[in-house]
Amino acid sequence: MARAITTKQKVIWTALAWAFGLLMFFPIMWTFLTSFKTEGTAIADPPVWFFFDWTLENYTAVQERSNYPKALMNSIIIAVGSTLLGILIAVPAAWSMAFVPGKRTKDVLLWMLSTKMLPAVGVLYPLVLLAKWLGVMDSRALLIVVLMLINLPIIVWMLYTYFKEIPGEILEASRMDGASLRSEILYVLTPMALPGIASTILLNIILAWNEAFWTILLTTVDAAPLTAFIASFSAPEGLFYAKLSAASMMAIAPILIMGWFSQKQLVRGLTFGAVK
Amino acid sequence: MSIMKTLLTTAVGLGLTAGIAAADGHAKTITIATVNNGDMIRMQGYTDQFTEQTGINVEWVTLEENVLRQRVTTDITTNGGSFDIMTIGMYETPIWGANGWLVPLDDLSDEYNVGDILPAMAGGLSHDGTLYAAPFYGESSMVMYRTDLMEAAGMEMPDAPTWEFIAEAAAAMTDRDQEINGICLRGKAGWGEGGAFITAMSNSFGARWFDEDWNAQFDTEAWANTVNFFKNMMDASGPAGYATNGFNENLSLFQQGKCGMWIDATVAASFVTNPDESTVADSVGFALAPDNGLGKRSNWLWAWALAVPAGTQQEAEAKQFIEWATSTDYIELVAGNEGWANVPPGARTSLYENPEYQKVPFAQMTLDSILSADPNNSTVEPSPYVGVQFAAIPEFAGIATEVSQEFSAAYAGQQTVEQALANAQEITTEAMEAAGY
Repeated sequence: MARAITTKQKVIWTALAWAFGLLMFFPIMWTFLTSFKTEGTAIADPPVWFFFDWTLENYTAVQERSNYPKALMNSIIIAVGSTLLGILIAVPAAWSMAFVPGKRTKDVLLWMLSTKMLPAVGVLYPLVLLAKWLGVMDSRALLIVVLMLINLPIIVWMLYTYFKEIPGEILEASRMDGASLRSEILYVLTPMALPGIASTILLNIILAWNEAFWTILLTTVDAAPLTAFIASFSAPEGLFYAKLSAASMMAIAPILIMGWFSQKQLVRGLTFGAVK
Repeated sequence: MSIMKTLLTTAVGLGLTAGIAAADGHAKTITIATVNNGDMIRMQGYTDQFTEQTGINVEWVTLEENVLRQRVTTDITTNGGSFDIMTIGMYETPIWGANGWLVPLDDLSDEYNVGDILPAMAGGLSHDGTLYAAPFYGESSMVMYRTDLMEAAGMEMPDAPTWEFIAEAAAAMTDRDQEINGICLRGKAGWGEGGAFITAMSNSFGARWFDEDWNAQFDTEAWANTVNFFKNMMDASGPAGYATNGFNENLSLFQQGKCGMWIDATVAASFVTNPDESTVADSVGFALAPDNGLGKRSNWLWAWALAVPAGTQQEAEAKQFIEWATSTDYIELVAGNEGWANVPPGARTSLYENPEYQKVPFAQMTLDSILSADPNNSTVEPSPYVGVQFAAIPEFAGIATEVSQEFSAAYAGQQTVEQALANAQEITTEAMEAAGY
């Protein structure tokens, strides 16, 4: 029987949820406000909150100095490309681990995850030399492959968790009805695991979008995505906080909007199978 | 057979087309890696004029300083060829030049007038007498102070103050009720942040990083005096949380009128005297960085310079750009459009002989500061390294970053100065032994 929640408890929990939410949102709000300030107002102490002369000069300056559309397009292609390629590889991998596990499946899963613990810089030089040898430095193809490899353990793990929730008997039944392996994965497993696959795609697009080590170190001009775009506005000698904020807002806006519209899907997928 | 023939014909056709396209007089493009500093960004704005003059297109890759270092180091050590010009500093230039990673700039044109580069800058950007990078702008460090607060404190800043005077003035100018800190200095960890400041300061206290046999020297009285003096003065007259303040944090404090004095890069002078950015623009004075009467002042020497990596395929075009960007013509171009206070400072002797530039309030003090720093003889006692606020050896950046973290922890009260120095000694000794010194 569900426990009754009093009004007082409701108010407390609601207030706490709001406070926590605002705390999480505060840095984005501050960046948003700063992006409309002059550089002088941006560093004012005590800080100016809402009552200042709002200006678009930082957005204009950022547009004039950088090729935002190109960086945006690179980010979209790299994030979506690496995620889809990862899904293509991870679905069969997760299927085999979830439905036909071997003696070492758990070990393999743990080993895959352990690769995330390797400091990225440890493979920087081998990767750069390989990319140079292949002639693919500063190409979107290189970043799609590299980010796919980086996120593959997470994609496999997420899909494996979702697939484990699906009764194996359903797949067996489809096999008995004569479904081939391809049909089984495409027409039986995938529709049932769609919420999980969708949330995996969304989460990995966000991860790939925000990746700032490889995307900066492996690009120069042609494949530089929004992470490189933001990095170009950080200054060690000079206060350009307002311009940096404008650049940051322009970089996070697309993923923020995507997250906003797909939050239900994202939460549903992330909590899928969490409560038994 | 016919398929093979078709494939071959297509391949030859494509190859020919590509060859014709390449030879079709397409404009050449050079790629330049640079930092996001005001002067560099300004230069990007004038690039079209270079393209108009030469037909060479320019692509910019602008990165934060530390990211840029990592990016260009990776590129140059793998002979990556991603960049045709790199913006590097005085620390990297002699090391990379010695390794053969940079193209010597020993064939620049007569009109360029290499002899006009300030000798201190040319010296710091050379290896064995060969110039490997052309200074775009140079800087030293100096005292920037509030003339109104100094007057209110009943004191007068000498042109060449001592540390004792600075500490006294800082105490006199401090007004906690008005949120005015007598002095703002870098305490932030990082070899180019607090590490650079304390190293330059230590020179004036008679300290050095290494003796002539490359033994670490943090167990000396001179280092104890340096760090204790810094901490005591900052605890008494510095801003709260100074252990995490770097250039930008102090610039912000000074521009908001919360610092009586600030000892930092000479390029900051144009920021703090700019009425659009600074609330104290009309009451800023300048003085040489302090000393202790030991013959060495506490100012550093640095230049952001343009160098050509050995892996470039467009050496001639890259050199052409460097000649344009670091020329007197470029300085005049900027002065004509944006005023003399905004030209890249600290690189050319002729700039300081220009009567128009001499009217800029901080021009002479900047030149005096640059001239008083000698990277080949920066310490009171002899030392084996080149560099004022660094030692130009590959291991230094890593060691100094760790050492500055120890010092910052001491400033923040997480450990004593003695502990920090003992740790610094151990870190440096171990790293130098491991490096085979």
